[in-house]
Amino acid sequence: MSMSDLQTLRRQPSRRGTELLLLSCAWALGVLGTLQIGWATGEGTPSRLWVTVAVVGVIALVMHLVVRWKARYADPILLPVATLLTILGLVMIYRIDVAAASRAEGNNAPPPTPDVYAQLTWFAIAVVLFVAVLILVQDHRRLQRYTYSFGLLGLLLLVLPLAPIIGTTVNGATLWVRIGGFSFQPAEAAKILLTLFFAGYLVVKRDSLALVRTRFLGLGFPQVRDLGPLVIAWVVSLGVLVFERDLGTSLLFFGLFITMLYIATQRRSWLILGSIFFAVGAYLAYQLFEHVHNRVTVWLDPWAYADTTGYQIVQSLYGFAGGGIMGAGLGQGFPNFVPFANTDFIVAAIGEELGLTGMFALLLLYAVLVERGLRTAVSVRDSFGQLLAAGLSITLALQVFVIVGGVTRLIPLTGLTTPFLSYGGSSLVANWVIIALLIRVSDRARRPEVHQIDADDALTQVVRRV
Amino acid sequence: MMSRQIRRIGVVLALMLVALLVNITVIQVVLARDYRERPGNQRLLLAEYDRERGPILVGANPAARSVETGNTLRYLRTYDEGPLYAPITGFYSLIYGATGLERTENRVLTGKSDLFFVDRISQLFAGRQPVGGAVTTTIDTAAQVAAFRGLKGKVGAVVAIEPATGRILASAQSPSFDPNLLTSQDPETIRAYYEELKADPAKPLLNRPIVALNPPGSTFKLVTAAAALASGLYTPDSILPGPASYRLPLSTSELNNWNRKECGPDGKVTLEQALAISCNTAFAWLGVQLGDVALRKQAELMGFDTSFQIPLKAATSRFPAELDEPQTALSAIGQFDVRATAMQMAMVGAAIGNNGVTMRPYLVQEVRGPDLAILQTTEPTKFAAAMTPLNAAQLTEMMVNVVENGTGSNAKISGVRVAGKTGTAETDNERPAVAWFVAFAPAQSPKVAVAVVIEESGATEISGNGLAAPIAREVIRAILR
Repeated sequence: MSMSDLQTLRRQPSRRGTELLLLSCAWALGVLGTLQIGWATGEGTPSRLWVTVAVVGVIALVMHLVVRWKARYADPILLPVATLLTILGLVMIYRIDVAAASRAEGNNAPPPTPDVYAQLTWFAIAVVLFVAVLILVQDHRRLQRYTYSFGLLGLLLLVLPLAPIIGTTVNGATLWVRIGGFSFQPAEAAKILLTLFFAGYLVVKRDSLALVRTRFLGLGFPQVRDLGPLVIAWVVSLGVLVFERDLGTSLLFFGLFITMLYIATQRRSWLILGSIFFAVGAYLAYQLFEHVHNRVTVWLDPWAYADTTGYQIVQSLYGFAGGGIMGAGLGQGFPNFVPFANTDFIVAAIGEELGLTGMFALLLLYAVLVERGLRTAVSVRDSFGQLLAAGLSITLALQVFVIVGGVTRLIPLTGLTTPFLSYGGSSLVANWVIIALLIRVSDRARRPEVHQIDADDALTQVVRRV
Repeated sequence: MMSRQIRRIGVVLALMLVALLVNITVIQVVLARDYRERPGNQRLLLAEYDRERGPILVGANPAARSVETGNTLRYLRTYDEGPLYAPITGFYSLIYGATGLERTENRVLTGKSDLFFVDRISQLFAGRQPVGGAVTTTIDTAAQVAAFRGLKGKVGAVVAIEPATGRILASAQSPSFDPNLLTSQDPETIRAYYEELKADPAKPLLNRPIVALNPPGSTFKLVTAAAALASGLYTPDSILPGPASYRLPLSTSELNNWNRKECGPDGKVTLEQALAISCNTAFAWLGVQLGDVALRKQAELMGFDTSFQIPLKAATSRFPAELDEPQTALSAIGQFDVRATAMQMAMVGAAIGNNGVTMRPYLVQEVRGPDLAILQTTEPTKFAAAMTPLNAAQLTEMMVNVVENGTGSNAKISGVRVAGKTGTAETDNERPAVAWFVAFAPAQSPKVAVAVVIEESGATEISGNGLAAPIAREVIRAILR
């Protein structure tokens, strides 16, 4: 190692201090939010506040230390933003617990079980997986070895809810698996596994998929034989839509595949072909399947169905309107008027109590997260890492767009969880695994040059072996 | 290598973010009002009924208050004597908004006024709903009840003012409405009642005492007499021509006295006597001699052509501009385009009784915090010196003569010297004449000045003395008791 290399190494800041500072801020915001809910709703200081706050603090600290230990050069923004979003989720879930409890009290019903402690437990489990990923996956490129295993497992998980006995239908959608007393949404895990699969698969196949055989309207189109993967993705998406009635996952899955295909092949024709497939699929679904048709009808005129199928979206819009620019204030709205307030519609609760201001802040947090992910994708050297980071970021972005767009009536409503915010273990754990992978890739992307020379050779070998 | 594609996707994702932001802005800013007011939206209802709104007090008793209901809608706005105080409190409806003090004092009642600065700071940190303050009115319960009772079955209004301060002691109207039905927790009840009120030709929602404009008729002769005394050319004993009919200058129209008789022997009459018997021809002649400029100046010193906010916005009473001589003659007896509210005519009486000083009328005595500590007290303010004290004393004696020996006999109260003036005004041929009475008492140092206007009564014979004077008398009695 020459002198100049050493100097470069010293000058390259790891920014771990920044990360710790931002994490502290996220933690403090959570404490303030919880206290405010207590004061505003007249509950007083929440009984288990200090335990909860301490647990969250320890979790954040553990994550920070593991990153410091295992991914020293990782992007310092990813962890604090994801933590802040999770904390905001915990605060809102607590808020909705309080509302549900006071409502039950008003109706002389027994108090419902609070969800916030379950979510906190899930957060702890998510951190265990986060730590496990960072420790077990020392180099993201090693994941490329398991491309087809991931693909197979992902597909399996996607169809698992259809399996007899363990598959469960909740609210019309078959996306749950129940084993013993334990239930989860396999689609959340499938989303990551399939991103890994797409990245690994496309790195290898992109040359042939980019091959131009036909020219049309000035654009090069692939030969029909190469349409295979697109058709398979399309069929699987439609399958999810038809058999599991999960519009959101179907949309997410297909959108992710098309964008990754475009990035990998650098051919716009894939986007056009993908859009055509999407349009055909959407039209067929609209014509053939009642539940899709209903979603669109309600989307076009929710007021006509305000008491029936449009109830959720109408209540959601009322919530947003009630919040206005500044919001009703934490603890001062009526978030529990919207069904599924702490899962699909948690954004409506935020819109009501934190207002347009809070919504802008929230969406910008997601934007920052996605931007850091894409930045990682652009700056990492290896193609697999690029595709993986881009794919994971796009998954997050699409999911936020589909659910937030749905509850604000920009697009028809589809059931998806809001990353990090929504109550639900599968979603929280899966999204934290995404953050762990992004941190892993970004550590590689930002690591000083000297370490990378031999590693890149290794990559070439790996690729050849596959 | 793939960076360019990733950046492009980044741009597309950014555009999607913009779409979300624009859409959410449209919902939370542009469409928010419409959504909030949609019939199925319970939020507004709950938010409003979730906090205690401060009371509007008459004396120590609330005319409007929030009552705890014990159900999901925690508080209900209640008006214990709804129709009695409706022109003062107004109503507070979730569907139709607010009127009256409920509207003008909304920030106090909701606790959002800057007066509660200290309270609000602590509420801000606690994230609590502000607690409403209380508004104490200047209304005297007995006077208000007397006025309201007197108006029963008629269409009209009564305003009573304390001459020395401008405090409004009574402001009553008929027909009135029940604000309770507009604050109901059932939107259908509110809608049905509101539609019914709107369809009523007698306009119960109109704040008659301060908004309804009518020609003041002969009660305006008080202004003309004040202008005559102010000119220095006339005293109460000045002799004026008072023929049975007066040909308006520059025209062929004849103006008659109400009884079509001469006002005195040989068609001559003193100013005092002309007021006592309400001699139209003498005052029309007097108006022409004084000129429209002098009349308007006197009227404006007593409150005409000024918009008062008490803090309810009163209609501007007016004395028309640029009159020719026949118009001046008609205006001098309160006809032509002269228009006045009941409050304005009460101010005329109050100014004469208050040594010629017009006071600004007001309805809010105090603003109190949620802890009932007084945060603001309205101080009486002088509006204008309308007459010299000497002229005011002379006009007062002339008005006492009206009650004791003239047309205002129904306002007599034994043991009290009442100063008064009757009026009957033609509006148009479609509607019956409007009956007026303006009075104050005790004449020497009046405690109350009152104006009564009756637009419709069903009576065949319409006169200020017959219809309006008895109501004025009862209001005065209520104050002096």
